[in-house]
Amino acid sequence: MGRVSVPVEIERPESSEAPFEVPEPDVPWVTIVHNDPVNLMSYVSYVFQTYFGYSKDKAHQLMLDVHHKGRAVVSSGSREEMERDVQAMHGYGLWATLQQDR
Amino acid sequence: MAGHFEPLPEGGAAVALDEVEISILRSLAVQLMELLGPGDEETGDEAEAKDPLADLFNDGPSEPPADPVLARLFPDAYGGPDLVPDDDVRAASAEFRRYTENDLRARKRQDALALVRALDALSPGIDQGAVLRLTSDECRQWVGALNDLRLAIGTRLEVTDEEDGGELLRLPDTDPRKPMVMAYLWLGGLQETLVESLMG
Repeated sequence: MGRVSVPVEIERPESSEAPFEVPEPDVPWVTIVHNDPVNLMSYVSYVFQTYFGYSKDKAHQLMLDVHHKGRAVVSSGSREEMERDVQAMHGYGLWATLQQDR
Repeated sequence: MAGHFEPLPEGGAAVALDEVEISILRSLAVQLMELLGPGDEETGDEAEAKDPLADLFNDGPSEPPADPVLARLFPDAYGGPDLVPDDDVRAASAEFRRYTENDLRARKRQDALALVRALDALSPGIDQGAVLRLTSDECRQWVGALNDLRLAIGTRLEVTDEEDGGELLRLPDTDPRKPMVMAYLWLGGLQETLVESLMG
C-alpha cells in the first residue's frame, strides 16, 4: 500500500490584525535634499556649511551627491529634529523631505 | 563690477547697480512679496492690541499651494520624487505644513523686504548708478531673497534641468520669454558672486 497522503491541516492563528506598518521608534529619521535645476551648486554648499556647520569638503561632497545622484542624506536623528532641518532647508529654498531610514 | 558682488574688507559685500537694474530687482522682489501674501508681522504698526494666544490657533494651510511657484517654495515635507505618497505620507505633510508654512512665508517676506529696503536706501548719482553696500547680515538675507527670486522665475520659465540654462540662453530676441531669461541669468550671477563673497 502506498502511503496515503493526508492533507495536513496546519493550524494558523487567524491574524486579526492586518499587517500594519507602525513606525519603529528606534529607527532614525533622515533629512534628504533632492536635486533641483535652479539652485546653484555653490549656494547648496553654502547652505550645508552654514546651517549644519559641515566642513567645506563635506558640504561640497554632499552637494555633488545631490547633483549627480539626485539626492543625498544630509542629516539624521529624531523625527522632530529632522522636521526642524527640513523646515530650515525649505527656508533656504532647498527641496528637502524627511523619512525613516529603513 | 557690474552685476557682480565683491567682498568688502570689513565684511559684507558690494555691487554696482544702475538705475534699470535697481528698478528690475525691486520690482521682482515686490512681486514675490505680493505672491507670498500679507502676514501677521506687518500689522505691528497698527496699534491694535494683538491677542498673544491668537498665534497658537492661527494654523497654516494643510494643502500645497496651487500656484507652481509657491508649491516650489513650500514643498511637501514627506514624500519626494521617489515615493508615491500614501494617506499617511499625505497626512504627515499636511500637518507639517500647518505648523511651518506661515513661518516660512514670513521669513521669505522678510528677506525680500530687506532687499527692497536696501535698494530704497540707495541714492543713484548723476550717472544714475549706485554702489550697494551690504553688511554680513544683509548679505545673508539677500542671498536667500535672490534664491527665492530665481526659484520663482525658474519655475515660471519651466527650467527643468541645468541644460535648460543653455537652451534658454539661445532664445531669439523676439521670444517673449527673453527678458525673463535675461533677468534669471543676471540674478544667477549676482547670487553666485554673493555666495563667493560670503564664503571668503
